[in-house]
Amino acid sequence: MRYLPLTEPDRGAMLSTIGVDSVDALFAELPKGEPTFDLPNTQSEINVERAMHAFARENLSCSDVPSFLGAGNYRHHTPASLDHLIQRGEFLTAYTPYQPEISQGTLQTIYEFQSQVALMMDMEVANASMYDGATACAEAAAMACRVTKRSHVLMSGAVHPHYRDVTQTQLKHLGLEIECLAPDPIGVEDLIGRVGGDLACVVVQNPGFFGHLTDLTALAEACHAEGVLLVACVAEPVSLGLVTPPGAMGADIVVGEGQSLAGPASFGGPGVGLFATQEKFLRQMPGRLCGETVDADGRRGFVLTLSTREQHIRREKATSNICTNSGLIALAFTIHMTLLGEAGFAQLAEVNHANAVTLATRLNNIDGVTVVPQAFFNEFAVTLPRPAVEVVEDLAANSILGGVPVSRFYPQYEELANMMLVTATEMTNESDMEALVTGLGEALS
Amino acid sequence: MTEYSNIETTSGNRGLSFEEPLIFELDSQDSSAVDLDPPSHDMDRLGGLRRRLPVGLPGLSEPEVVRHYTRLSQKNYSIDSGFYPLGSCTMKHNPRLNEKMARLPGLGDIHPFQPESTVQGAYKLMDTLATWLKELTGLPAVALSPAAGAHGELCGIMAIRAAHQAAGNDDRKVVLVPESAHGTNPATAAICGYSVESIPGNGNGRVDVDALTTRLGPDVAAVMITNPNTCGLFENEAKAIADAVHAAGAYFYMDGANFNAIVGRVTLSELGVDAMHINLHKTFSTPHGGGGPGAGPTVLSEALAPFAPLPFLVHDANGLRMVEHSGDKDAPQSFGRMKGYHGQFGVFVRALAYMMSLGIDGLRQASGDAVLNANYLRVRLSEELTPSYDGICMHEALFDDRFLKDTGVSTLDFAKSMIDEGFHPPTMYFPLVVHGALLMEPTETESKATLDQYCETVLALARKAKSGGMAEEFASSPQLTPRRRLDETQAARKPILRWKPEPLKHAAE
Repeated sequence: MRYLPLTEPDRGAMLSTIGVDSVDALFAELPKGEPTFDLPNTQSEINVERAMHAFARENLSCSDVPSFLGAGNYRHHTPASLDHLIQRGEFLTAYTPYQPEISQGTLQTIYEFQSQVALMMDMEVANASMYDGATACAEAAAMACRVTKRSHVLMSGAVHPHYRDVTQTQLKHLGLEIECLAPDPIGVEDLIGRVGGDLACVVVQNPGFFGHLTDLTALAEACHAEGVLLVACVAEPVSLGLVTPPGAMGADIVVGEGQSLAGPASFGGPGVGLFATQEKFLRQMPGRLCGETVDADGRRGFVLTLSTREQHIRREKATSNICTNSGLIALAFTIHMTLLGEAGFAQLAEVNHANAVTLATRLNNIDGVTVVPQAFFNEFAVTLPRPAVEVVEDLAANSILGGVPVSRFYPQYEELANMMLVTATEMTNESDMEALVTGLGEALS
Repeated sequence: MTEYSNIETTSGNRGLSFEEPLIFELDSQDSSAVDLDPPSHDMDRLGGLRRRLPVGLPGLSEPEVVRHYTRLSQKNYSIDSGFYPLGSCTMKHNPRLNEKMARLPGLGDIHPFQPESTVQGAYKLMDTLATWLKELTGLPAVALSPAAGAHGELCGIMAIRAAHQAAGNDDRKVVLVPESAHGTNPATAAICGYSVESIPGNGNGRVDVDALTTRLGPDVAAVMITNPNTCGLFENEAKAIADAVHAAGAYFYMDGANFNAIVGRVTLSELGVDAMHINLHKTFSTPHGGGGPGAGPTVLSEALAPFAPLPFLVHDANGLRMVEHSGDKDAPQSFGRMKGYHGQFGVFVRALAYMMSLGIDGLRQASGDAVLNANYLRVRLSEELTPSYDGICMHEALFDDRFLKDTGVSTLDFAKSMIDEGFHPPTMYFPLVVHGALLMEPTETESKATLDQYCETVLALARKAKSGGMAEEFASSPQLTPRRRLDETQAARKPILRWKPEPLKHAAE
């Protein structure tokens, strides 16, 4: 067994030191009788690889076909140096940095992550990460209720349906009311008209789940006039290279999903939840925070701080029960942002938008296809003349991953049955677009 | 030695130990380490929302970025580089086969919303993982989507509350938690709307069963118990506790943080467990990554299975199908969705590769070696240290600070002194039930030679502490690290949580 260093002579010598005659004797307090398990025995590395390749072969990888999938999970290019760096054992196989003297590497990268996220969102502070965008959204809504001491959360119909569902689940026993407005593909819901002194927060997403971009400034002003917090979700952080960030439009808490900048989709997990807010709300924030300090010699160093908010100190009075978060994915996010830099990040966003504009124009020219949003970043909804789920299957049969049918999230809304989300990124080239335009034309003819 | 550690260098670097500034402080050339073809056109459909101000990021080339993060990585202790006996954390070897498999394009580069016909392999992998977890625990259902241990606890307690609601018993408002529990247990119960009451220990490091059964009643919704517990001991009356809990109409949640000790040796069905989360990033070898990602699949008993969260897989005529909505005929009682997408798939791949590598025989050997290693530490270190409880321990050995009495050396100082010797300190001051705790979990992936070197080092440190007059030296450790003790009070009193450009910084002060 290649992962177990002890030899039989080692075990014998150690048992004799302990003063028992067998390893099994160490388990004497367990219930008597050996359970049996219907599971295979140990396998060589070669055989495990074969078995895992067999699973992989039954999937259609996005790397092998034109892919236009998004809906909160985006496929971007991962620089080779990024994957190398996150596989350095000193990062990969370290625990949470509880011993700061021997964890300055992890701690400084968390500090850089917090700084980058705050800058991108145009907010004052960011935490060390949450599990994903959906759980970060739920934590933001709960935090808004703590800050305002109000109990009514209003969620826009443009927020990712998983974020809405997770928020409803996670807050269901806290005596709060989570009101989710109907899905809003074209951005017509009247949020400002709904703002009032009863609300703890309004939760929006920009770009919205259906792709449209919205100026949040007037909504933020309306919220603040009534003591309501504006929570903004960003499911595609690459947009922040080109689009005015929520903080600049007046958001009080900004959450997001960092996966698109951190690495491959990996079937949707693990991702990394982004969480940023204003300093005045610091004590109500969930999750870990890394802060700057000095060591015994007066040199700058970093530590986990303000832990009196957290479960290991505060127990049932903590701001959240989160412990392990998404450290390594946050590191990948940070390294990618550092590789990109200001110019690279802006360029990445420009290329995404240009490709999406080109694709939207071409799809809109197909008979029966209408692009829904006027303003968008790299993703937009289109309406089709027949159910999107069938069209997507037809495209997949022709080796095109053409889009995500909205009915996958909202099966109960018949009026959304013909709607599909389409994404173009820097990975989308001319031949991919041609394949989709041709394939969609055929599927609809 | 002290003389050498005081040598000043011009650069601030010290041999292989480099001083490394923040990326924001590196000379920014306004360059980028990423090349992209320019956009094909500049038509804009942003609706007037084009960003007006720069983000404020530095621009560096690839070699500069690689060197920056390489140097930072070298300031970390890790399981790859040394012994990491951090109690309750199961810092075992992370096989690189797992990493290689997670990066296969057919597993890493698949999208959560592809047509189901194109991801049957991913579904089969998840279903296979579920089969292993159910078989190893003897429970009939598993919710795969929780993202970490605390998230798995939330899953279990949410399922318990849903079951009480379905049975019309939602007036149960109390969850009982032993005083030795992890902080996540009471925090989780509170999120589920329960008040938390603490149950005392019995003096032998285990739950006081009489106190527990006396407290049970019609207001108690659940009992959460870590087993093996945070003192490293098996709760040998677990089944009796479960029976009493069930007789009182409550559910029995087992915190699975310490499952590594008992894999392949007992099933949860034998222990009367209704729900338990499994930390794939502890027991099943997926890397901790400096604080995640984890995965906390939660096994559920027959009584709780109908309330499992969305999504989950079912077998139907076309193969496997993901049930994603509460309106689905297969999910009439699910308590809802608790995580985006389908769970921590990348972690599932790694954990399954590990389980298949070890097999059931290897997993049983692994728990045996983990317990053997812990007992070896317990016996050898008892020569100078004070074990908190007599007798055999499970996968971790608990000591308290009686051996440091009158030395002036605290648990913290003693633990920090191990760092200069090249070892990661054990968990300190946890569990709270003994004074000045040192909780050591060696895991099964350490050799006898490593354990012997560690024991000899810790015994020597203990003798040194006891020799008298050493308090100051211990208090000033570690000396040989990139940074010495950090001022945590200052960090909390005047929080500086991000880099700021200079003008902004002045404006804020």
